Amino acid sequence: MPDLNQEDAVDPKGAPAVRRTVLEVVGLHRAFGGVRAVDDVSFTLAEGGSLGIVGESGSGKTTTARIVVGLERADAGQVLVHRRDRTEHRRGRAHRLARAREVQLVFQDPYLSLDPRTTVGAALRETLRLHFPDADHPRRIAELLDQVGLGEREADALPRQLSGGQRQRVAIARALAVEPAVLVLDEAVAALDVSVQAQILNLLADIRARTGIGYLFITHDLGVVRCVTDDVVVMRHGRIVESGPTTEVLAHPQHDYTRLLLDSVPRPGWDPRSIAAARRAL
Amino acid sequence: MTATLLRRPGLARLRTSRAPLHRICLGFVALVVLAALLAPWLAPHDPNAVDLGNALAGPSGDHPLGVDASGRDTLARLVAGARTSLLGPLGVVAFSTLAGIAVGVTAAWRGGWLDSVLSRGTELVFAFPGLLLAILIVSVYGEGLIAPVVALAIAYLPYVSRLTRSLVLAERSRPYVEAYQVQGHSGLQICLRHVIPGIAPVVLAQATVNFGYALIDLAGLSFLGLGVPALTPDWGRMVFDGQSAIQHGYPLSAILPCLAIVLTVVAFNVVGERWADQVARRDR
Repeated sequence: MPDLNQEDAVDPKGAPAVRRTVLEVVGLHRAFGGVRAVDDVSFTLAEGGSLGIVGESGSGKTTTARIVVGLERADAGQVLVHRRDRTEHRRGRAHRLARAREVQLVFQDPYLSLDPRTTVGAALRETLRLHFPDADHPRRIAELLDQVGLGEREADALPRQLSGGQRQRVAIARALAVEPAVLVLDEAVAALDVSVQAQILNLLADIRARTGIGYLFITHDLGVVRCVTDDVVVMRHGRIVESGPTTEVLAHPQHDYTRLLLDSVPRPGWDPRSIAAARRAL
Repeated sequence: MTATLLRRPGLARLRTSRAPLHRICLGFVALVVLAALLAPWLAPHDPNAVDLGNALAGPSGDHPLGVDASGRDTLARLVAGARTSLLGPLGVVAFSTLAGIAVGVTAAWRGGWLDSVLSRGTELVFAFPGLLLAILIVSVYGEGLIAPVVALAIAYLPYVSRLTRSLVLAERSRPYVEAYQVQGHSGLQICLRHVIPGIAPVVLAQATVNFGYALIDLAGLSFLGLGVPALTPDWGRMVFDGQSAIQHGYPLSAILPCLAIVLTVVAFNVVGERWADQVARRDR
């Protein structure tokens, strides 16, 4: 084991096969009425790794994320973090806190995921008080804000006084305050404009290199997947159609749907009509 | 600014004629509350001092608002009555607001069968006239301020719990609540620290409006002789006592408490609605 850990520290983007898994999802099912939103979805995330789940709207990726986080119940299947099952909901404060420390979530819209009446510092303090009641809170708040590139000045600000990018930094800091094993990012940069997206993605890469936290990226944006994930899972109609190392999947897509997604990215010489035809044929 | 006003006198007059209404009402509420608080020091006479030789005298230097059929000073009784007349509604509003928030938040947060039970239960209370409930309780437990206040508090609970429930349902669907759940906060903590402070201004505005209604209901009970004990100065009781004075052609001792009741109710309504308006505008 010490060897493996050392390898993690030296090469966080190294071969995922030799690293321990932190998150394992096995045979997840969830139906809403007659619609199978999630149908037999399984994947693993290596410790300190980064896994992308891509698919278009309605492909079941957000439902999968919500089940992993615990906001949605699965009809069948297991979500294991460090081999402990999260899907069986045991009541009580200790279990609740333990669940929170396994997985944290960064929401899509930073305009809605922060309480408009709570200042940034107060929101962080609240979380720290819950999870680490004995810690030195002011020091830790400054540390967390510094980690996401915010200053002391922002600690006293209300969410409405901050820009979209700043708010998403706050949301990330709040998730990191819990010190989770896995961070789920549900379209976390989709609501931000492109230059801010790049800043946030760089920030996330830095944080992963420093803390060894595992990322589960839920996104429809293949550019984001290319930037920040080691592995990728492609979902369609609730099923996984293709999975593998990101570079391989994007360079040599095996499934028609993956090819279609790649072709759908706007670029010079792009023909939306042929893509629409291909989509109908699929 | 002045130029605009000169060009459009109609609009300007509309604006200015609306703003003072709120300010006057706020001032009146403050005046009544002050009178209630400082009653023992403000009252020019003992409100219960009977002077039968001087009964039904008109306004004079010694009694600026005249005296009633028993020769008691009307001004002193109005000021002292403010205390009883406001204390009752205060109890009604305090109890119904606290209990209503508890019921409304529980129903909205837990949902399911508990929501059905609580919502149908409060609707059942809605169907039952509060004044009748109060009369029933008073007839069982006898005269006194506590019984009608408790009865009216129960009758007013649905106003608050329904409003709270709908506000919490809206607040609950906002993603920040889910964010706190993911962070590991318990439902109770999220409600107490975030949801209730968020909806509080609107609920308090409703409570202010309720205050006016409760005042008029309690005054009605006093008028029927069911509220406060006979000798306690109270506006509703004063109207009741003033009936005979009206028959004798000296209406002042009955009309003044009527006026006090109506003005106070209107003032609380205007202040409460204005408050709710302001909150709504701020949230938008």
